[in-house]
Amino acid sequence: MSNNKSKESAFTNNPIVRAIGTQKIVVIIVLLVLFGFFCIMSPAFRNYSTILSIFDYSYYITFMAIGVTFALITGGVDLSIGTGMICYGLIGGYLITQKGMPVVVGIIVTILVAMLIGTLNGVLVAILNLPPFIATLGTMMLVRGLGSIITGGISITWPPAGSEQGWFRSIFKISIGEGKFPIGFIWVILIVVIMSLILNKSKIGRYIIAIGSNKEATRLSGVNVIKYHMIAYIISGFFTGLAAVAYAATFQAVAPGTGAGLELDAIGGAIIGGTSMTGGSGSIVGTLLGVFIMSMLKTGLPFIGLQANWQQIITGLILIGAVFMDVMKKKKKA
Amino acid sequence: MGEVILTMKGIDKSFPGVHALDHVDLEVKKGEVHALMGENGAGKSTLMKVLTGIYSKDEGTIIYEGREVEFSNPREAQAQGIIIVHQELNMMNDLTVAQNIFIGREPMKGHLIDDAKMNEEAKKLFERLNIEIDPTESMGNLTVGKQQMCEIAKAISHEAKVIVFDEPSAALTESEIEELFKIIRDLREKEMGIVYISHRMDEIKVITDRVTVMRDGGYVGTLITKDCTKDDIINMMVGRVIYEDPKTESAVPKDAPVVLKVENLNAGKLVRDISFELHKGEILGFSGLMGAGRTETARALFGADAKESGDIYINGKKVEINNPEDAVANGIGYLSEDRKRYGIVVDKTVAENSTMATLKDFMKGPFINKKKEREVAQKYVDSLKTKTPSVDQLVVNLSGGNQQKVVIAKWLVKNCDILIFDEPTRGIDVGAKSEIYHLMNQLVAEGKSIIMISSEMTEILRMSDRIIVMCEGKQTGEIRIEEATQEIVMQAATLRN
Repeated sequence: MSNNKSKESAFTNNPIVRAIGTQKIVVIIVLLVLFGFFCIMSPAFRNYSTILSIFDYSYYITFMAIGVTFALITGGVDLSIGTGMICYGLIGGYLITQKGMPVVVGIIVTILVAMLIGTLNGVLVAILNLPPFIATLGTMMLVRGLGSIITGGISITWPPAGSEQGWFRSIFKISIGEGKFPIGFIWVILIVVIMSLILNKSKIGRYIIAIGSNKEATRLSGVNVIKYHMIAYIISGFFTGLAAVAYAATFQAVAPGTGAGLELDAIGGAIIGGTSMTGGSGSIVGTLLGVFIMSMLKTGLPFIGLQANWQQIITGLILIGAVFMDVMKKKKKA
Repeated sequence: MGEVILTMKGIDKSFPGVHALDHVDLEVKKGEVHALMGENGAGKSTLMKVLTGIYSKDEGTIIYEGREVEFSNPREAQAQGIIIVHQELNMMNDLTVAQNIFIGREPMKGHLIDDAKMNEEAKKLFERLNIEIDPTESMGNLTVGKQQMCEIAKAISHEAKVIVFDEPSAALTESEIEELFKIIRDLREKEMGIVYISHRMDEIKVITDRVTVMRDGGYVGTLITKDCTKDDIINMMVGRVIYEDPKTESAVPKDAPVVLKVENLNAGKLVRDISFELHKGEILGFSGLMGAGRTETARALFGADAKESGDIYINGKKVEINNPEDAVANGIGYLSEDRKRYGIVVDKTVAENSTMATLKDFMKGPFINKKKEREVAQKYVDSLKTKTPSVDQLVVNLSGGNQQKVVIAKWLVKNCDILIFDEPTRGIDVGAKSEIYHLMNQLVAEGKSIIMISSEMTEILRMSDRIIVMCEGKQTGEIRIEEATQEIVMQAATLRN
């Protein structure tokens, strides 16, 4: 027992391990093992277009996951992001295709509506003190209905690539000569760097972590907890707006009534990446890695002949493992 | 000791039904450690809450640094230099030590927090206090003692002039207390005014310069520590009031059989080597100050919390109690100090609550026999004289005393022979109190045995046949009622080791 413990602390006390975080290291290893496994098992997987599609499938989930990480760190959750993303994509697309507005206006409105719903979540949770689970479950239903009502229940197809209005589709993937380059990944890295700075180096991030750690103590320290608690949900909204744009750029068509369940993929990614369900800790890089594990499974499993159902099972197991690590970490501290 | 920095004079505060502070005085000088002492509920914390603006006073004046002040919240008091180091620490465990100390006033470099400077400042602060703590360590990884040091460092960094320590040593180890005292002496050197709330008599003698004693919300007096003895302070704490009819002798025959025997019970820090016997028809009082470990002992005995070791015998037979189910099966009933959380289900009826522990005796096939349930509940409503319009009344609508009777009924229906009453009359008004007392006497007369945990000296002296006194998880006294006085009980309750 004691022997076991000292071995563990030798690992966790290693300065490199401490700097990166135990869970992130485990996640990176899992990611590399998965990648290696798929490459060995399937020659078709070792293909540039496969890598490309891993990226394609990951952008919108990545954005949602980065946003929801902030809500999770406060000790809350944002369930409205999955159906919300579809709703905002419908509204933006509707303005472009039905009302003839320029794409740039559609994109801006998409993000603004998303931030508005984020603000609503913030008001419900931070000011009216509703439990985040219930509050955002309510807004989740609200936005699902809202999207359908605005478009009259029909699907919206954003302008196709190559058309006059289709420039936005190359925000995330550009053609260079014959090949395509997933430029979206560069944006993702940039956003991860910026959001990591905000989370770890700005007052916003510091107070959001503090609120998740001990809200009352934070309040007594003279911090405007209502403001920062709300900001967490507005950030979640903002990134859902970005996700909507990424979704439209990747899939073009947005159908009302869909999107339910995607929030769980995003939350799952954040949790796998080491964000604590009980609040107080989390990292943007971890979230990115967590989402990549999920995208890798989604793309890779069909290559070795396993269908989507298996992806669910394996993702579920990884999620349980990740939460278990969090629980053990908390237990060790207590 | 220097000049006076803080004077609280004639502070009066009432809450509905309670006169919490009755014209209390307190004076703190620069470079002084001033102890504030009193029994549970004497009003120490209330006084400090009035000082820092958590409560507003009804009467009296607070003079701080020569002028009259009235703070409307702790932050205002803090800005002026009056800071409380609370017993329950207010920490953000996921942030680092430095981040905790500087929360709300982080040094900035442009739009980003200057963590390097913050760590530097924290380090300087710790150097000033001669504390060795790494500012970049995560707060949750520190021991409670170190966390307290951080809280003190935070107070100092606010340019504190008066620091109130609210039972700072309660959770600390010997060596951590040594370190704390070193810091307090250092703060005294620096001409700060320090208020030190503690129950520990020996600490008071070691660290403080003067002692102010409070009792029942009133001011008793202020003494110079080195000129008084421990007994002087205890006498002031318990007073010379004659308590209402204390029991003078035990009615339990000497040869009454032992129904419960506990040997070397250990469970966590607050239950260390507790051994006692409970006789048939006896009320065994458990006395002690807050945090003495009485409730923890009861919970470990009842199987509500895990125990590390210890043997339990019922009627001479060794039994295994690993969870409340085992305890109940062995005829032990526990009436929690927190009725609403552990005792009753408030939005259920009297009848439903009465049969909660014995539901399987009331089943008719897969259904509950409502008729039998109501009959039995009615029987106990009658015998306990529970005031309720009917057994179908929701418990939430009953008074505290009658709710307590429903809990008692629950365990009587179960036919428990050993009842643990944890603060049986907390939150119950005076009239209902004597009814509960009467009921307890009736129960032991019928051959039940009772363990009664109580923080009220009156209650202990009035009800117990024998008194076990605890202090910080240890058993510090066993007193027969014939010999018991408030002084003797209080002596034992403040006895460390």
